[in-house]
Amino acid sequence: MSIIDSAKSAAQTLVQGAMSKLVPLAPDSWIPGGVPDPLIARKHGLIGTPVSRLDGPLKVQGRARFSAEVDAADIAYAALVHAAVPRGRIATLDTAAARAAPGVILVMTHENAPRMNAPALFGSSPTAVGPADLPVMQDDRIHWNGQPIAIVLAETQEQADHARSLVVATYSIEPSITSLKAAKDAGPKPGLFMGEPLLTQIGDAEAFLSAAPYKIDHLYRTPRHNHNPIELHGATIWWDGDTLVIHDATQMVTAQGLTIAGVFDLKPEQVHILSPYVGGGFGSKGLWVHQIIGAAAAKLAGRPVRIALSREGVYRIVGGRTLTEQRVAIGAQADGCFTSIIHSGIAAMTPHNNMPEPFILGTKVGYGADSFKLSVETVEMDMVANTFMRAPGEAVGTFALECAIDELAAEIGMDPVDLRILNEPVKDPISGLPFSSRHIVEAWRRGAERFGWSERITTPGTRREGEWLIGMGCATGTYPYYRMPGAAARITLTRNGTATVEIAAHEMGMGTSTTTAIVAAERLGLPMDKIDVRYGDSTIPGAIMAGGSQQTAAIGGAVIAAHNALVAQLLKMAGNDSPLAGLTSAEVGSEDGALVKLDDPTRRESYASILNRAQMDSIVASEEASQPLEMMHWSMHSHSAIFCEIAVNSITAETRVRRILGSFDCGRILNPKTARSQFRGGMIMGLGMALMEETQFDERNGRIMNPSLSEYHIPVHLDVPDIDVIWTDIADPHTPMGAHGIGEIGITGTAAAVANAVYNATGKRVRDLPITLDKLL
Amino acid sequence: MNPFSYVRAVDSADALRQRAGHAAAYLGGGTNLVDLMRETVARPEKLVDVTGLSSAITQSDDGGLLIGAAARNTALAEHRVVRTRYPMLARAILAGASGQIRNMATVGGNLLQRTRCAYFYDTDGSHCNKRRPASGCDALEGFNRNHAILGASPACVATHPSDMCVALAALDATVHVEGKGGARTLPFIDLHRLPGDHPDIDTTLEQGELITAIALPPLTFASRSNYRKVRDRSSYAFALISVAAALKIEGGHISDARIALGGVAHKPWRAFKAEAALQGHEATEPVFRAAAMAELADAQSLSRNGFKIELATRTLIATLADLAGGAS
Repeated sequence: MSIIDSAKSAAQTLVQGAMSKLVPLAPDSWIPGGVPDPLIARKHGLIGTPVSRLDGPLKVQGRARFSAEVDAADIAYAALVHAAVPRGRIATLDTAAARAAPGVILVMTHENAPRMNAPALFGSSPTAVGPADLPVMQDDRIHWNGQPIAIVLAETQEQADHARSLVVATYSIEPSITSLKAAKDAGPKPGLFMGEPLLTQIGDAEAFLSAAPYKIDHLYRTPRHNHNPIELHGATIWWDGDTLVIHDATQMVTAQGLTIAGVFDLKPEQVHILSPYVGGGFGSKGLWVHQIIGAAAAKLAGRPVRIALSREGVYRIVGGRTLTEQRVAIGAQADGCFTSIIHSGIAAMTPHNNMPEPFILGTKVGYGADSFKLSVETVEMDMVANTFMRAPGEAVGTFALECAIDELAAEIGMDPVDLRILNEPVKDPISGLPFSSRHIVEAWRRGAERFGWSERITTPGTRREGEWLIGMGCATGTYPYYRMPGAAARITLTRNGTATVEIAAHEMGMGTSTTTAIVAAERLGLPMDKIDVRYGDSTIPGAIMAGGSQQTAAIGGAVIAAHNALVAQLLKMAGNDSPLAGLTSAEVGSEDGALVKLDDPTRRESYASILNRAQMDSIVASEEASQPLEMMHWSMHSHSAIFCEIAVNSITAETRVRRILGSFDCGRILNPKTARSQFRGGMIMGLGMALMEETQFDERNGRIMNPSLSEYHIPVHLDVPDIDVIWTDIADPHTPMGAHGIGEIGITGTAAAVANAVYNATGKRVRDLPITLDKLL
Repeated sequence: MNPFSYVRAVDSADALRQRAGHAAAYLGGGTNLVDLMRETVARPEKLVDVTGLSSAITQSDDGGLLIGAAARNTALAEHRVVRTRYPMLARAILAGASGQIRNMATVGGNLLQRTRCAYFYDTDGSHCNKRRPASGCDALEGFNRNHAILGASPACVATHPSDMCVALAALDATVHVEGKGGARTLPFIDLHRLPGDHPDIDTTLEQGELITAIALPPLTFASRSNYRKVRDRSSYAFALISVAAALKIEGGHISDARIALGGVAHKPWRAFKAEAALQGHEATEPVFRAAAMAELADAQSLSRNGFKIELATRTLIATLADLAGGAS
């Protein structure tokens, strides 16, 4: 970092420090969302109605072209060779047989790869999204077992795959850390997440704990998880002169383009990333080394390259969720009120990345208590860089916390739902900020009633049906409301009443493009079929990462800003001959293809009329969203209450989930059809996390041993029971449309609900995931 | 996957001729072999497709059943005689893989599928005596949660993955093969071998020998039989433990029994000791327990699969108790 950069960043920190003190104190009306979005009050439009995915027919018919299906003339197919040792140097790399194999165009290794800069590490700047701060195929060093050491390009995929098997590497192996024990022995370090230390202390939590009449204190463990989106990571890449074009499957077109520009010393506009369809992301569809290697190979070959990873390839070079060891201790008074919450532990990381699984985030807003001690420390291992995976932090953190709550409830002899409601905080327990919208008690009560929670038998192991022991469990899920800075929207309105809305956002199957069309139609006062949403293209202004469940809010905020700009332009064009003459944009809204005075609908003029008079076919408004100051002014979170009923076989200890219900409090639901699917998908992923998901990482050499969907278990259809989903549908008055993003919350709480049900069925507490039958025999 | 040539055999003689003198492999449904080729575990230069050979399922003169090796797993599981007279076989097949895979997989190919040990598949990064003789076994101290508890050797602790074969082992099936020495039959339980010092050799077939059919004896009491499979998820997972069992109970006493275990050994494990312990005894829980204990007395666990001994014991007892319960 240069001196200037250091000074800049110091100044920014100062400003941010001042902001973080002032924004909470500012009047609501100064803050985005301080005045409720008018769309919240509109009850009879498209918002809240079930709308099928607009891209559904394309996908069902196979007409949507995913990144590894994009056509290009003279395309070369790629296959990667992966290192088979965890750390060391390549001693010899014999590519002669591969180069001589049929159809081979070239073999690229560190010896003939173009010189490239290491990608800027995720978080090192607002637009840096490199997976690790390691050079890519620039030297003979091996940093993890599975690191690509060569790429073969051939005329067909089969030829490339065959030739890759002919490359022979030998290694000088160097000492490595591939076991958790060795990593712990080397010493933990404090965790930092988004620049903030993962450490919170209020009062003397250990003292409160030891003085508490009721307490529990246990260690919970969660294993590594690998990403398994159904669409394998892949890209079609070519150089158009000095411009690099990448058709990619990504959740971050803008930042990825900028980071890749840095790798190849290109100007930002010289990298064009397109990603209209992503077949599942979950945090994994970002920049990994394959796009960089593919682009370098395309340069070397002078041909377009298709690099489509195999499933094994995804396991070897795309990081997953790291393992954690979490201590949760809770102390309570005789009446059940918490005096102490301790949640601390370690997450494994690599020396080259920056993702300490922040498992305490959910605990920071979960419950009130007199004292807190929350911390994440990291230990370093030689492995592929771990990364975000659906609800990073909360998914594994809520497992530990919500099992602990259940254990404490049993200790006290209280119903676990009652214990949770008793400890519901009135304001954010750590920051002291008011909640923007928190209706978790309502979610609990409605969920409990619909599920039939009162039928639960408190004494574990006493409900039996034939061979099967039946149990019920519950847990709270939580995920923050995020709206990241940098979002923008461009609206093009035409005289014939259509609008194009462009956002640098992403459609990964969750329905974002459809929901955006709904929201834009409402915002612009046009029918949905007159709205064309364009996205997934780095040439669109702004940056909207599909992460942190923030797209809905970020798009909403950007469309509000662009719409305001559009209204201002239209009013100016309308001039003095319009019924709207003299009005300001604050007094005007959009309705039925027209601008309308908000409190006097008789004063209106249609878009067509305004454009006609100005003799214009269309106008364009492009605007950045407001700064997301609302996140510093209110404590903003989504919540859920998860209930499940499971059966454990008394002979074989096989566990079957019989039914599961999620009761969600996530603001106003924009599209019930796609929302229900998001919630269900998250809960299914949570069932897998509870019962079967586990990366088999061989601690002797850091090699992942189950890199396939046959051996890495996720739920099959038969593992997924009837899933009931309900929501409060109470709008958050301080967010665009009153909505929250909902992509991640479904997985949170689910694993704990299952574990707690297993306890209720069997009397056995399993504190290390997954709950496989050997742990219950 | 390496380049290979492909031919379709018109009959068994043609298959043998096409196979001779080549680093070739017979191809059934390809549901395992093609995977092995993709992973470069298998590198045949030539595939001889034998799915055009007999797939007929016919009742034989002795009242048994003759099953052409090219019969699809689905066809066998759906066959009326299999469902009524050998229910354990139908259930074993349906407990395996997925509908799509069973539609492709052939009976002959099912017999010759190879272990799913992760180290066997990892050609780039792991040692495996089965894949490369005398290279070592990474499973011994590695991920061996689903590995053998019976009949293993220091060279190999892998298990045979088939469900169908467990039922065939229990049912006294016979395998019909043809080779350059002509046709012969062998007891099904002698087809697969224990690893010993040569885990690279899965079966007792001679080089180039082709399985042409499976014969089932009448075994009338097998109409009261079952297959119980225990696994880590509800479907599409290999057995941690499975039990195929048939009981003949007369006057409350067990007059005959056929039992085999899956997921426990390098081959489908015929439980002769358990059968002997049942013979002539009352069909009661203590007798079943004694039989299970007898069979598993020699079981040895590895670092991560100790639970399988208890699981096998429990599953065997419960399966026998279920069958006996149906008698009363």
